Formats: sequence, structure tokens, C-alpha cells
Amino acid sequence: MTVLAAHGRAYHPAPPPAWQPRMDPGPLLPDAEPYRVLGTPAAASVDADLLKELHVDLIRGRRYNEQATALTRQGRLAVYPSTTGQEACEIAAARVLAEQDWLFPSYRDTLAAVARGLDPVAALTLLRGDWHSGYDPKTSRIAPLCTPLATQLPHAVGLAHAARLKGDDVVALAMVGDGGTSEGDFHEALNFAAVWQAPVVFFVQNNGFAISVPLEKQTAAPSLAHKAVGYGMPGRLVDGNDVAAVLEVLGSAIERARSGHGPTLIEAITYRLDAHTNADDATRYRTDDEVTTWRGHDPIALVEQELTARGLLDDETAQAASEAAEKLAADMRERMHADAVLDPMELFEHVYAEPTPQLREQRAQLREELQAAQDSQAAAEGEQA
Amino acid sequence: MSTATVAKAGTAEKRKPATMAQALTSALRDAMAADPSVHVMGEDVGTLGGVFRITDGLAKEFGEDRCTDTPLAEAGILGAAVGMAMYGLRPVVEMQFDAFAYPAFEQLISHVSRMRNRTRGAMPLPITIRIPYGGGIGGVEHHSDSSEAYYIATPGLHVFTPATVADAYGMLRAAIASDDPVVFLEPKRLYWSKADWSAASPETVPPPGKAAIRRQGTSATLVTYGPSVPVCLQAAEAAKEEGWDLEVVDLRSLVPFDEETVAASVRRTGRAVVVHEAPGFGGPGGEIAARITERCFHHLEAPVLRVAGFDIPYPPPMLEEHHLPGVDRVLDAVARLQWESGYVAGPAGGSD
Repeated sequence: MTVLAAHGRAYHPAPPPAWQPRMDPGPLLPDAEPYRVLGTPAAASVDADLLKELHVDLIRGRRYNEQATALTRQGRLAVYPSTTGQEACEIAAARVLAEQDWLFPSYRDTLAAVARGLDPVAALTLLRGDWHSGYDPKTSRIAPLCTPLATQLPHAVGLAHAARLKGDDVVALAMVGDGGTSEGDFHEALNFAAVWQAPVVFFVQNNGFAISVPLEKQTAAPSLAHKAVGYGMPGRLVDGNDVAAVLEVLGSAIERARSGHGPTLIEAITYRLDAHTNADDATRYRTDDEVTTWRGHDPIALVEQELTARGLLDDETAQAASEAAEKLAADMRERMHADAVLDPMELFEHVYAEPTPQLREQRAQLREELQAAQDSQAAAEGEQA
Repeated sequence: MSTATVAKAGTAEKRKPATMAQALTSALRDAMAADPSVHVMGEDVGTLGGVFRITDGLAKEFGEDRCTDTPLAEAGILGAAVGMAMYGLRPVVEMQFDAFAYPAFEQLISHVSRMRNRTRGAMPLPITIRIPYGGGIGGVEHHSDSSEAYYIATPGLHVFTPATVADAYGMLRAAIASDDPVVFLEPKRLYWSKADWSAASPETVPPPGKAAIRRQGTSATLVTYGPSVPVCLQAAEAAKEEGWDLEVVDLRSLVPFDEETVAASVRRTGRAVVVHEAPGFGGPGGEIAARITERCFHHLEAPVLRVAGFDIPYPPPMLEEHHLPGVDRVLDAVARLQWESGYVAGPAGGSD
């Protein structure tokens, strides 16, 4: 018997139940061009004092990157992933957050943490290697630097969601790179955030490379910002070297989240002027010409151009910015050149609230080993004497 | 399964049989009632009440913000739970089945297990990850794994697995109350096991980290946990015919591992068999056998033997009976404990 016949003589197949698009995707689409302020007529409306502060922040940020790289060469840091060239993104991310907001940095974003007020030595603990993280996330409202790519993004969503459930005015800003957008956790985080309308902003710094792999091998999307549309949140494109533009775009996304309108995905177009880390050789995968082109769009130069045009950048101002940067660098040098204070017994302290019986045994073993080493050293020194 | 009705306080003075599933539901409900920071989340846990109905009624009683149907993405579920815990909530995550927990593996290994350590104790993560595990229910592929070896190999995680109705309640409450992450493995084969138990006055159970001697005996010790506990108890009954009086130790928690109780038992009996469903190679039994040998060498009359699942991908349901350690396989192992050596434990543990 046919299906028609089984339904009976009166049965006529109907069209499917009415389908409606769930929302108009138009307003979610990013602009055709990255948003810019500096070097455009809009620059005139940027507050002069803000511009001067941003200038100092950027100069300090550049110096921070240089000093951290130098400390790596001197063996004081195990590794340093630089944000030279990306300072505008790092500085803007720190500035845009209110005190109660949370920052979720990737391993490359120590500058954002420092710009938010975190002690550089605490920020660099992971990269120095004396512990995995050097600060209390609860008091700093900065999540630990996250090494596995994009895995901190769901944390930002969960935290923002929890804050909203508690009725707290908290926004989470989650930072990730272009390579990280290929990870499954990026997808899951954006999807959860949109479904829950969590007050979170996803800030992608597209610096051109995931270590060596360029964006065209990473994605076939029209832009990374376009990915937002698939999740039902707005995507925004911004010139990541234009600190005024990044501040504005980040700021409005944060406000949008704060006022209960849900998450935003922002793609900042920038460029990693240094190699991936000190251990990387960037000449293997990119040309000097390309780097030179991007040096022509230096985030600090863009601000200085605007300050100069307004007659706000004299020798004295430049000197003050430079002194602030040198003060930061000198403090980093002095404190990072001091040997880290290590206590091997601490290895067992933070595995569980209460160590397991097996951990207690292992702790006793290490204590004995350390004691034996101390004793034999004392004995050797005694013989010498 | 019928609706997991749970007796309301004050109406259940008379104790009647309850299932492990009901006890788990009670534990979740009581934990949520006692602490507003407890949030249940996972796939189908809200309106449906979970595919095993363990979260039945919770969304209705506490609202969907407290018992939340999430998108179908385990890394996202556990990753979001990390963020919620960072903000002071106490998430209880349900992974629908053992093998569906694997997408969350990176979050579990790289963050959940390490956050306390990474932050020098500043940010412990009180997350409970409930995972129905093990076989014996006729499940098709990816529904019957015993995945505990992955979890116990990861420092920073507690791993609990109840075998009794009372433990299901008591240990789940303990897991949720713990400031450390707990992988809570629920033997799905035992969801419908029954015991005399009252939701209104749940009995106190020993804390996790303490093994329980489920049957006292003098001939040999069966060390086991979760779904294999009833198997070992049956084997011990059957062994009486052979003249063996077997002791059965239920570990209850694999991490922390109660070495003291296990070692004391084996010192008394002089013989030990470790029994679990997980594949033997690289499984918990190897670690347990090694520790028994290290601690009890001079008391042992025979090598410590293991009865485990075969080292094969979990078999299709029509063949799983050949894979799962059963009573006969346990008894065969007991028979190989070199009884000809003549060691007989003295009365009341006198050989220690």
C-alpha cells in the first residue's frame, strides 16, 4: 500500500510548516573595510588627553616587548611571544574594561595584563618558568594566561554567564589569535555565548600568522569577523593598529554586552612584527618586504602623526613618554635579574585541597632527597675547610 | 525507567527499596536545595530530565537557570563550567555517556585538573563531572566504555565511583561539596539496582578515599569498584562451594586510592585478585596490583592477579558477555592463586 493510500482518501500532502529565518543576518555582518579613526577625519574628535595617554601607553608597551625579548636572550625568560606591532590591541583591551570586568588573555597577551595594572613580574611568571601563573585571578580579574589555543574562550563565556545569573554588572573580554579561531573551542564558546546571550566580547587579533601558517591556510571565510553571523552575533572588523579605532569598537561591544544585548566578535587586523617567539625564525615563512610594509603602519606612528598634526607632540612630551617606558624596563630588568625563589616542596601543595596518601609519600621522598643533597653539600664544604 | 520519584522529607519514615538512580537524583536535589551556587548542566538534563532521568524534575523545581539544557558540545559544557566555577558557582556537569565525554578531554586535562595548581591554590575548581560508564546494558558502540584509566592518570582529578545506593547518594553529595574537581563515574548497569534506602534520612557513608569491605573473608581478597562489585560479591558466594572464603573490597574512590585498607586486607588473606571492566593493559588493576606487591610482598602466597576487560575496543552488545568480567572468570582467577602452597590465613586476620 502506498503512503497516500494508507492515509485515506481525504489526505492531501501539505507544504511543510512555515519556516522563518530566526533573525535578519544583515545587521550582524561586518563592514566591508576595517574601521579606522586615525588618519581619517574622525580622528579630530578623539580627545586630546586620551590621545596623549594612549601614546604613553603604547610607548611603554613597545618598551615592555623589547625588554621581555632582551630578558629572553639573557636567559631570564624561557620564552617570550612578543606583541611588537600589536600594542594598540593590547593597550585598548586593557583600557576598555571596567574595574569589575574580567580579561581572559592568551599566552601572547601579557602586555594587556600589564597595561591593566598587573605587575610585569607576575605577568611573566609563566614565561620565566618559576610557576605556571603568577597572580591571583580573583583579585586581578585576569584569568591565567592560557596556552592551549582558544580553550579560555568557553571559560570567559561561563564566567560572564555566571555573573549575569548573579545579577552582577560584569563583562568578560576574551582574547584569541587568528590561528585560535580554527579550534573547536572557539566555535563552542561563540555558540554558547550567543545562545546564552552572555555578556562577553571575543577579540581576535589577526596578526597574519599562526606561528608560520598564514591566514589563507587557516580559513576560507570572507573574514574572521564574518564567522559571527553563523552564531547569531554581530561581527566587527577594525584596524588593529589604530588604537583609537580599536578602543571605540571594543568599547561599544563591551557596552552592548553590559546592557544585556549579548556577545560580539571583533576581528582586529594587525601584524606580528617579531617572530612567533624568540625561538622562531620568521624569515622562513615571510618576506622582508611584507614586514617593511607593516612597519609603515606602526600603531605608535599613527598616534604620533595625529598628535603632531594637532601640535601636541613636542620634545618634552616625547621625553616624558620615553622616561615612563624606561622606568618600566628598568624595574623589569632589576627584578627579573634577581634569581627566582623556588621551593621544590611547593610542587605538592596545590594538587588537591588535601594531598592523597600517595602524594604524601612522594612529598616525603622529595624532602629526604633534598635533605640528603643538603647534607652531602655541607659535608663537602666541611672537607674543603 | 519510571519517573524517579523521591520521597519528600517527613513522608518516608518507612524505608522501602530505592534505586541507585533515585538516590543520585536525591543527591542532586538536596545539594541544589542546600546551596544556591550548585548548578546542573548538560545535554537533555532540563526538560527531559536526562537520558537516564537522573536530573528528573530539577529544572521544574529549581528553574532552567539552575538545571540547564546546554548546546550539544561537551568541551563547551565543561569549559563554560570552568568559567562558572571561577565566578564562585559549583557546577555539576552531566556527560551523557562515557564515550561522549571525550570531546571535553582537553578542558578536563588542561584546565579542570590544573587550575588549582596553576594558580598556587588561588583558584580551585569545585566542579563535579558525572559520567555514566561501563557496559552490560546492551548499548551500541560508544555507550559502554570504562574510561577510568584516563582520569586516574591525570593528577588533580578525584575519581569516585559508587557501587551501592547509599554510596551513590553520599558520594555524590561529597563530590559536589568538594572544592576539587571530581570525575563521578556512575555504573550505568547499577542505575536500577535496589537497596533499602530512604531519601528522607539518607544514611551516612564513609568519606571518599575510604574503601569499604563489602564482605569479610579469609582466603583471598577481591579488590574492585563500581559495576564489578556485585560481580565479586556473587563470585564470593559461589566460592564458598570450593571452600574459599573471599573478602571483597570496594574501593569507592580510585583517587584518592585507599592503599591502607587494601594492603591490610591482603596481608590478612595473603592473596589478591583485582577486578574491573576497563581493559587490563594500562588499566587501574596494574597500578593496584603493583602497589599491593610493593606493600604486601612478604605476605603474598601468590602473584596478584587481574581480571579485567580484554584489550579490545568495547564490543558490540551481542558479544559483550564474553568481554565483561563475570563470576566464572573471577573464580578461575581465584583458582590460580597457588593454593598448593598451603597458606591458610589464621583466624581474625592473625597473619598480619
